[in-house]
Amino acid sequence: MNPVVRTVLQRLGLGLITLFIVTIIIFSAIAMLPGDFAKAMLGQSATPETVAAFQREIGIDRPPVERYFAWVGQIVQGDFGSSFASRTGYRRTVAEIIAPRLYNTMFLAVMTALIAVPLALGLGILAALYRNSWFDRVVNTVTLTTISFPEFFVAYMLAYLIISRDTFIGTEFAQSLPEWLAASINWVLNLVPKFPTLANISDQTPFWEHVWRAALPSITLTLVIVAHMMRMTRAAIINMLASPYIDMARLKGMSPMAIVLRHALPNAWAPIVTVIAFNLAYLIVGVVVVEVVFVYPGIGQLMVDAVKSRDVPVVQACALIFAATYILLNLTADIISIATNPRLLHPR
Amino acid sequence: MSESEYKLRLAQNLIGRGKVSRRDFIHLGLAAGLTVAAADNLFVSVARAEPQRGGFAKLGMAHGATTDSIDPAGYLDTFTQTAFSGAMSNSLTEVDAKGSIQPDLAERFETTDDATTWVFRLRKGATFHNGKTVTADDVVASMQYHMGTDTKSAAKSLLESVTNIKADGPETIVFTLKSGDADFPYIMSDYHLVVMPAKDGKADWESGVRTGAFVLENFQPGVSAKLKRNPNYFKNGKPYFDEVEFIAITDLAARMAALSTGEVDYIGRADLKTLGMLKRKPNIEILEVTGYGHYTLPMNVTVAPFDNPDVRMALKWAIDREEIAQKIFLGHATVGNDNPIAPAIKFAINPQPQHKFDPEKARFHLKKAGMENLKVDLSVADAAFAGAVDAAALIRETAAQCGIDVNVVREAEDAYWDNVWLKKPWCASYWSGRATADWMFTQAYSADSSWNETFWKNPRFNELLIQARAETDEAKRSAMYAEMQQLTHDDGGAIVLVFNNFVSAKSKKLAHGELAPNWENDGLKMAERWWVANA
Repeated sequence: MNPVVRTVLQRLGLGLITLFIVTIIIFSAIAMLPGDFAKAMLGQSATPETVAAFQREIGIDRPPVERYFAWVGQIVQGDFGSSFASRTGYRRTVAEIIAPRLYNTMFLAVMTALIAVPLALGLGILAALYRNSWFDRVVNTVTLTTISFPEFFVAYMLAYLIISRDTFIGTEFAQSLPEWLAASINWVLNLVPKFPTLANISDQTPFWEHVWRAALPSITLTLVIVAHMMRMTRAAIINMLASPYIDMARLKGMSPMAIVLRHALPNAWAPIVTVIAFNLAYLIVGVVVVEVVFVYPGIGQLMVDAVKSRDVPVVQACALIFAATYILLNLTADIISIATNPRLLHPR
Repeated sequence: MSESEYKLRLAQNLIGRGKVSRRDFIHLGLAAGLTVAAADNLFVSVARAEPQRGGFAKLGMAHGATTDSIDPAGYLDTFTQTAFSGAMSNSLTEVDAKGSIQPDLAERFETTDDATTWVFRLRKGATFHNGKTVTADDVVASMQYHMGTDTKSAAKSLLESVTNIKADGPETIVFTLKSGDADFPYIMSDYHLVVMPAKDGKADWESGVRTGAFVLENFQPGVSAKLKRNPNYFKNGKPYFDEVEFIAITDLAARMAALSTGEVDYIGRADLKTLGMLKRKPNIEILEVTGYGHYTLPMNVTVAPFDNPDVRMALKWAIDREEIAQKIFLGHATVGNDNPIAPAIKFAINPQPQHKFDPEKARFHLKKAGMENLKVDLSVADAAFAGAVDAAALIRETAAQCGIDVNVVREAEDAYWDNVWLKKPWCASYWSGRATADWMFTQAYSADSSWNETFWKNPRFNELLIQARAETDEAKRSAMYAEMQQLTHDDGGAIVLVFNNFVSAKSKKLAHGELAPNWENDGLKMAERWWVANA
């Protein structure tokens, strides 16, 4: 059998086993959440009878093992069940709740990846080419600074920048500055496009407006993830540049750019792809904070919401989707590193 | 009055109806001897004061979850309450800006002498969004939706006293109560008890067809709800907006930013800490209303040492409420006096003496209880109310000066209401308040209430509660409620720290009349009551 196909099948099998273990962890973790699901769903003012009626309806009075197998059995058939927000005669399936949110999260992730990945690769390659130059140092410092701040801080700072566009000139701080300085700061602030600080979109939002509304969250995420990918690109390429075959290429008289792109980069893909996959996974499973700050209706916010209101079926489905995303992306990264590395492709 | 002044006066009346332009008005003003600026200001103030139709409002709500639905059995927070109850539906009655009861979908209501039978007559010509006339059968089905053993409604306990509801002809509904309740029309104003069309004898909430000022157009749970004007609304001239959109913005900073950048025209629950920054913006106004909501520290009066009234009194004198209002709530709160009835509620009194920080009195009562010093646990978490933990720290300091050692126990936020409230002898709690003294006392202080958080069973208090409820003579009722409030103040187990203000903010684009104190967002009815200012 072709080694690539074999590896892929092997990894897929392992992934499924991991996913199975994850279902056990998810289920037991949720079973250990404090508080009564029914009470949390119905609110503080529910009487004991209403709570009991609700518990019967969602089947929470049955033993946990039975509930676990019922749940896994449903998922295998592709049914995520119905949300606790359903009422008699008004079923809200988990799938229909999650689908639009997942789309929004994917939209933001793809949009960010389209900006961040080329940017990180480009900056990384340039930094490797002109290493230890001023350019290299500035890029390193700036990206390290943005990755060092927590993402909510970056998000709030960006939102504040947009607010300052209109209000800066009226602040006491601006009035304490010399007039020309305040005026020029104001001028610079007004160069910033007036991005919406509220990224609330609905299923009726047209495509380009969606892009426009998602601009601030996307910029925030880009600032947070670029450093990691860019530094890995730079390090992997510099590592390659020390190899004898690169010296050979140099002796042949190839231009530095051609050496990096044609000789160094193809051999440096493995570590870079791993880091990119890691960051893409983060874009899907780790953006809760950014979603909350900009009120972007993504799946992270949905999960936090669901945990708060103890909407267990939704929490479980979100957790499972996150786990599957991680496993799939890592699998892809593995396959790409194998496919780009002849030594792994043809093991002796 | 000169002719030009007379014309100006006439023109002022026309502005509200949108019949005079700003330019024409300024010309008239100049003729009457005003400056341009003065005429302009006059125009704006008159235009603001007169409601006018048209426009679009984006309202940022402090809540919203994916589990939200249009089912009135829920309505757990201000998003669903303001959008689906306040804007989209009507109850039989409503509470006005003065805190008194007014007919809403009912045209009038009357009772028998002992207040056990209440008769509500429906407004003529009121229709549902689908054109169907509202009948008594619809009301009966809507109320029954919240009653019975199988209901999951949060309003079930409200209707517990109702033994029978029946339709008497198409326009009259008769409620029979277990015992007299002179405040029953207030209960009917509750935001859960909205009127829905009956389908096969059952209330049909799924369709979203209601009677209110706005018709639901699009709803995404946890994100937004868009509503458009109901052209056949039964209230004359209302609503004023053509369209409203409610947007869920649960993050505090995001909410403030959204208003600052003009993404929304209004936000509920503004951030007190950064209110100053918001005030600096010229086109934003801060709204503040003292509501019925209050923060309490209930003591379980059946557990030592709180079973001793003097210990309770010592603690009541050992707390600096003024400092808590200033430091924790940054002045956006009204100091409490161990009386849960807010000053704006009918029959409210301010019991004397006013409880404030007084180490002498605290020590005096402690000595009277036969103690030199006292050590008590106070269980708090910010789940009770934001600032509870900080307030407890302040209490610890002041109590120490009175010889009372308050051990602040920080509890887990999760499941606070399950594991701490009603379980620990002294904890922190929050009440959003009720529109009448009877309602508040019945739910939180009556002997048989499951939410009697102080486990206080004062016989005189409970006797008065039942008498006052059925009493229709205002003066006698007033005296009874005064005595009950004095009793809770002197003997009860609840320390009422402060009444919280509803602090919200809006852009000057929106205008409104006097704000109702019964709930947030102008009594949840902002969509129906507010309008776009002509400026």
